[in-house]
Amino acid sequence: MSRHVVTEADLHAYVEGVLPAARVAEIEAYLAERPEEAARLAAYRAQIAAMRREFDPVLDEPPPRRLEVPSLYWMRPILRYAAMVAWFALGGVIGWQLHAYNSDRRAEANSWPRRAAIAHVVYSPEVRHPVEVGADQEAHLVRWLSKRLGASLKVPHLGELGYTLVGGRLLPGDRGPVAQFMYQDGKGQRLTLYVRVNADDSRETAFRFAQEHGVGVFYWLDGKLGYALSGELERNELLRVATAVYRQLNP
Amino acid sequence: MGDLDRLITQQIPRLRRYARALTGDRAAADDLVQDTLERALSRFHLWRRGSDMRAWLFTIMHNIFVNQARSRMRYPHEPLDEPTANGLQYREPDWSELRDISDALAQLPVEQRAVVLLVGLEQFTYDEAARVLNVPIGTVMSRLSRARERMRLLLGSDVRAAALKVVK
Repeated sequence: MSRHVVTEADLHAYVEGVLPAARVAEIEAYLAERPEEAARLAAYRAQIAAMRREFDPVLDEPPPRRLEVPSLYWMRPILRYAAMVAWFALGGVIGWQLHAYNSDRRAEANSWPRRAAIAHVVYSPEVRHPVEVGADQEAHLVRWLSKRLGASLKVPHLGELGYTLVGGRLLPGDRGPVAQFMYQDGKGQRLTLYVRVNADDSRETAFRFAQEHGVGVFYWLDGKLGYALSGELERNELLRVATAVYRQLNP
Repeated sequence: MGDLDRLITQQIPRLRRYARALTGDRAAADDLVQDTLERALSRFHLWRRGSDMRAWLFTIMHNIFVNQARSRMRYPHEPLDEPTANGLQYREPDWSELRDISDALAQLPVEQRAVVLLVGLEQFTYDEAARVLNVPIGTVMSRLSRARERMRLLLGSDVRAAALKVVK
């Protein structure tokens, strides 16, 4: 006979095999007098055994390649960025699939790069008035747009890649003012960088790519600001520029 | 850097085992593991060095799974826990189709399934399971108790369940 009360929790702990030996003896004495309870617990143990038989073989299956942990991810932040780009270049469309799960976020993510692409299409062919404030007044341009967006903006310099700043303008976004900076190369090929203030602070995403109206857009969130780089460039070339922009904004 | 990599890689087989049992589907399970690894990688700065990597990864997996189960409309009638009195009704299983432990697991509400797998298959303590599932330990106990009893009833009258008992 057991001197202690035996609870349901005790019985499950007995099934788990986590009771001290003395208590096990008491439970077994208790069960010896209650064959139905003993049968019930035997069934629970059988369930566990069946689960292990069914699923333990998974432990020995070689994981598919897509589950390999990219060791690059553990590198220092500077290199992590390179890893991020490499992942993208390797067709890491993973991010796409991931964020596609959340349709709200997807709608959000789709709408503003689209606006960026439209703004690119509207202003980049402009011959006489491509920008409101020219690169000759760069300091003023940055101060003005920073003030209107309520965030401290920086203008990347892309001279190394052959793109010079044309200037910038203020645009209406879906939630307020948005900045657009325009660049062009020696052949007149133009790129625009669209900068907006995010709804929630401090979110970061990897680069994402979208194609709108024949315009490629790389976009990403970086803390308070969202960036979208648009151009009628080949994707890899655009990625190269996006990389340079990102690096200058995150020295 | 190699440390974290290795710590996570070590857990992949167990994550896959748990995901397979939870989803009952190989591809869905590996999708879930992949989502879990990606989220873990993007948040590894939140992992406290020295804390239990396995519990952390399982917690991430559980959260992803529950969110997906909620948002997925494929099983709009699958309750997350016990059906409520005025809500969805417990569906009598089709006994003729009930074959094995996987089918019995599939009949459980996902929160009960998670408990029974974490404790029975993955051998988490009740306390660890409570933390992974972010519920009080008493909830773990009651879900475990209900889940095991329901599985016993599901498997009990089946001939193969008798065969299962032979294997200790």
